[in-house]
Amino acid sequence: MTVVELDHATLTLGWRTVLADASLDIRAGEFIGVLGPNGAGKTTLMRAILGLLPPSAGAIRVFGRAPQRGDPAIGYLPQVRTVLPDLRVRGLDFIGASLNGQRWGLPSLTPRDRGMIEETLDAVGARDLARRQLADMSGGERQRLLLAQALIGQPKLLLLDEPLISLDARHQEVAIDVVRKTCRERGITVLFSAHELNQLLGTLDRVLYLGNGRAVLGTVDEVIAAPVLSRLYGTEIEVVRAAGHIFVMSRGRDVETSAHQHDHHHGDHGHEYHHH
Amino acid sequence: MFQYDFIQNAFAAAGIVAVVSGIVGYFLVMRGQTFAGHALSHIGFAGATGAGLIGLAPLWGLIGFTLAAGIAMGVLSERISNRDIAIGVVLSLALGFGLLFLHYYTSFATQATALLFGNVLAVDRATIATLAVLGVITLVALAAIMRPLIFASLQPELAEAKGVPLRLVSTAFLAVVALAVSECAQIVGVLLVFTLMVGPPAAAQRLTSGLWNGLALAATLALGEAWLGIAAAYYTDWPVSFCIAALSALGYFAALGAPAWRRSAERANQAA
Repeated sequence: MTVVELDHATLTLGWRTVLADASLDIRAGEFIGVLGPNGAGKTTLMRAILGLLPPSAGAIRVFGRAPQRGDPAIGYLPQVRTVLPDLRVRGLDFIGASLNGQRWGLPSLTPRDRGMIEETLDAVGARDLARRQLADMSGGERQRLLLAQALIGQPKLLLLDEPLISLDARHQEVAIDVVRKTCRERGITVLFSAHELNQLLGTLDRVLYLGNGRAVLGTVDEVIAAPVLSRLYGTEIEVVRAAGHIFVMSRGRDVETSAHQHDHHHGDHGHEYHHH
Repeated sequence: MFQYDFIQNAFAAAGIVAVVSGIVGYFLVMRGQTFAGHALSHIGFAGATGAGLIGLAPLWGLIGFTLAAGIAMGVLSERISNRDIAIGVVLSLALGFGLLFLHYYTSFATQATALLFGNVLAVDRATIATLAVLGVITLVALAAIMRPLIFASLQPELAEAKGVPLRLVSTAFLAVVALAVSECAQIVGVLLVFTLMVGPPAAAQRLTSGLWNGLALAATLALGEAWLGIAAAYYTDWPVSFCIAALSALGYFAALGAPAWRRSAERANQAA
């Protein structure tokens, strides 16, 4: 069964074409690693799947229909994460604010909501975060909290936008493990965007590589190949395999590590939020 | 001191306004939009003096201008409301206009100090009734948008994806702030709205966790500071607004020192 389908879809932001005439099918239960240089459209694609950006041409179908904003079957972990340093808010209340947060009126947390949050935190091994203050959590703990939040309500599709950013190597592995385990168990389809391919090699089913307005979906061997990537990067790319790792190089430099240094200027989704 | 009518009136008016300011201010601080609140009060000054020029009560000019400005800021939000410089330029312009209106309506000039720094001791019964009605409207409007407002403040990217109309929520909120600012300016004046709208909620956020605790403490602090300020002014003969501003600053700085003490207490608890 197809979960996400792009049918000659074109995505534009202002005058810029982020994705031109892309067609692909993502099947149920697949773990897709979404890769590509900065500004290639990873965030834009996810926003389109969420129904926040209608395609300017072609069609996008999610669960066989046009994307619907606020679809409860999609769990989302956005890349730009606003942090409010002075506010003392517990993990439970932070997630609680997102449950039915689109409804008008006063906030409330029913015992059922509370149980649901605690159960999901438990599933990602973070039960104690419910009572902890957000401001006192480490980057890894906060990420786990956000992941638990994305899993609430039994989504069938999970969009994780750069969930590894600001985590050290050990926490990155833990985060990938948690996602893999939970999603395999529940049969959730995952789009997991990242800068680094190697950590995902043992986990992903297929790679979606974006660049130069194009998208290529396929197995690692099909996609991570010099001719394919050279087209996506618009420059001569070499693919070097060594000790079970794959290095994507441009003129002798690793494109992934050099891209990583620009993380914080990543702004390919057309919005600017205040960072505090 | 309660044998005097004007003191009773001052306590009633300051009480209503402090509770409204503390609660609305809590969200202003949460969203990091305190400067926008400050700007709204300055724009209100132009409205109040302008109203005097055409023979209306200053309060209605204040409300009209702050509401219009709040809605405009909300609609232009992504372009303007988080840009400190744009807000600064607009607020200076508004103060300038206020001065111009005063210039053309010279008999109104005696009211300028009252507008800028407040004059709670001159509040009459009719004004108290108006403030009470406005206060109820403000809090009911805030209650109506509170849930999506909190979601949008904590996680705007996710809130948007989940179907929260971000711009509508932020515009409605700035309209609520505009009403609260207009009320607050009646007590402490347009230049000192921070004393009730920012000082107490900021202190409350440092001391509590949980929304309802925070709101309760913000309202209580604002109320306590306003009432203590009036009492202090009565006994010292200093201006009321100075006393409230001093108490507000004291409360905030005391709360700044609190987390260190609080953390060491938490650590001691965990160790035990």
